Amino acid sequence: MAVKNLIDGIREAMHEEMARDERVVLLGEDVGKRGGVFRASEGLVDAYGDKRVIDAPLGESGIVGVAIGMALNGLVPIAEIQFADFIHPAFNQIVSEAAKIRYRSDNDFHVPMVIRAPFGGGVHGGLYHSQSVEAFFMHVPGLKVVIPSTPADAKGLLKAAIRDEDPVLFFEHKRSYRLVRGEVPDGDVTVPIGKARMVREGKDLSIFAYGLMALYAEQAADTLAKEGISAEVIDLRTLLPLDREAILASVARTHRALIVHEANYTMGAGAEVAATIAEGALYELDAPIRRLAGPDIPAMPFNTPQEEHFMPNPEKIAQAARELLAL
Amino acid sequence: MAKTKVSPKATSSLGPNEVRKMYRNMLLARTIDERMWTLNRAGKAPFVIPCRGQEAAQVGWAAGLRPTDYFLPYYRDIGVMVTLGYTARQAFLSLLGKAEDVTSGGRQMPGHYGWRERHVITGSSPVTTQVLHAVGIAYASQLRGEDTVSAASLGEGSTSQGDFHEALNWASIYKLPVLFVVENNGYAISSPQSKEMAVQDTAERALGYGMAGVTVDGTDFFASYEATVQAAERARRGDGPTLLEFKMYRLLPHSSDDDDRTYRSREEVDAWKDRDPIQRMQNHVLEAGIMTAEEVDALRVEVQAEVDDAIAYAEAAPYPPVEDMFTHVYAD
Repeated sequence: MAVKNLIDGIREAMHEEMARDERVVLLGEDVGKRGGVFRASEGLVDAYGDKRVIDAPLGESGIVGVAIGMALNGLVPIAEIQFADFIHPAFNQIVSEAAKIRYRSDNDFHVPMVIRAPFGGGVHGGLYHSQSVEAFFMHVPGLKVVIPSTPADAKGLLKAAIRDEDPVLFFEHKRSYRLVRGEVPDGDVTVPIGKARMVREGKDLSIFAYGLMALYAEQAADTLAKEGISAEVIDLRTLLPLDREAILASVARTHRALIVHEANYTMGAGAEVAATIAEGALYELDAPIRRLAGPDIPAMPFNTPQEEHFMPNPEKIAQAARELLAL
Repeated sequence: MAKTKVSPKATSSLGPNEVRKMYRNMLLARTIDERMWTLNRAGKAPFVIPCRGQEAAQVGWAAGLRPTDYFLPYYRDIGVMVTLGYTARQAFLSLLGKAEDVTSGGRQMPGHYGWRERHVITGSSPVTTQVLHAVGIAYASQLRGEDTVSAASLGEGSTSQGDFHEALNWASIYKLPVLFVVENNGYAISSPQSKEMAVQDTAERALGYGMAGVTVDGTDFFASYEATVQAAERARRGDGPTLLEFKMYRLLPHSSDDDDRTYRSREEVDAWKDRDPIQRMQNHVLEAGIMTAEEVDALRVEVQAEVDDAIAYAEAAPYPPVEDMFTHVYAD
């Protein structure tokens, strides 16, 4: 096993799947010669040619709409949206079309496809290069929403997403691309969609997070351990379908729940996790559920102090855990 | 590439038997349409989207392609569906949302076609999304070196959507084997073409994308058919996409919930009734000696009987069981 960056996991997954299955194609802005603005697809056009690694004209609805057509006619497209902030022009194609094609055709048609997009802040991306858009798509049956937090999961989950028979939105935290390093198993290893990951077991509280926040939660748990607090950390990994079983089982062990996400507070993924706990494990709780999230402002400001204030971080997570235990 | 106009003259490579069949398709589409409307007014069908006035172009462009091609019709395309083998029974099963509905098992509103067996790709209500799908389908065909064509139809109102322009752009960059079929009936619900665009012919929009654009008299079956055959040949040769515009008139309101008296005069509608495509085709088969007046009458009776049977069958057919509404959200 070699230690790699998270973005290496993404690239390797696409590389291996394109080698394994000639139906797999990649399309998006600057994914060819440039190898993607983050270099996620570096080298792919040289390996598979510009018919399968397609520099798309600049238009997100077009990228997703064309990918749907490809999927309807025997290809397995990976559509890259350069930044998740720019996915909104494709919302109609994703929500009205990709998500509903199997259902509305009574299983006559389906669209095996992946829509990849870097999301999240902490990179001085300002309002339009920092957004977390996952909650919009969690509300749409027919879609799957996956967010890896480690290089191994990035690779294994993306491989699983490419092989999935339904449309998968695959959001990659852009700050984690080269910040997060970890061991990646060699060979063809997939990670199942729909299963949360136990990051570390604990007995005093459960911290539920995903993406970069799962890493931060792990770091917070290290700090808390030194104070004698045993925090369990669960990386949700898939937000739709949500692994409700893992959430309820963890709360049954620890009796306290802290949910962390960078997306803004109201109607974020945490609301669904909290509702799941309230419905399924209320009597297990020793304290109210706590959500730590981005503030309810339109987007993340560019300047350093305000950006830092927007982002949850290990210190804020540890503090929220202490407060929860004091209740 | 220059925009061309196809003159509405009745020359065709079709033999008499085929012409008779095309006339029957048009007549069946019209009869289905009329009876759907009647059922709606009788309170038996919640929603109808008519095709009346557009049958020549619909039957023409569908017949101009091969069964192995891909079809992405829009909600008015009863004539397209009938040409692809859609029966009156299927039409009324869909109208009433019955389990046996081939387009969606009763899930979708009428007019939202899809039929895997006949290469008809499932469609939705937000307009113009299907045009991008046709491009992706054509890309896949081209990548595999197949000679299939995909064709998406849309109203002229849909040419205002961004998806339309993104689709034309993609298709022309890669010279994809795709036809963009605009059924220009003059209105986007209540908005006349003059409020939808500043050009006379939507086919002019092809110029900006470096592709062929053709304007056709869409009340003329033969002109519609021939223009499609030529565009499909160009696509199969690798000469790229074509924007086909069929000019016609929507003889009925937009849908059973619309009232067109609020936005257009009866004189205007009546003037277009003189160019009714069914009448025009009937005149042709009589004048060309393809059918006698008795044969035309007999065909009308036959089609009416088929539709009578279809309505009875569909009314008696079961709805899908409630528990089936939870199936096919995902593969498993």
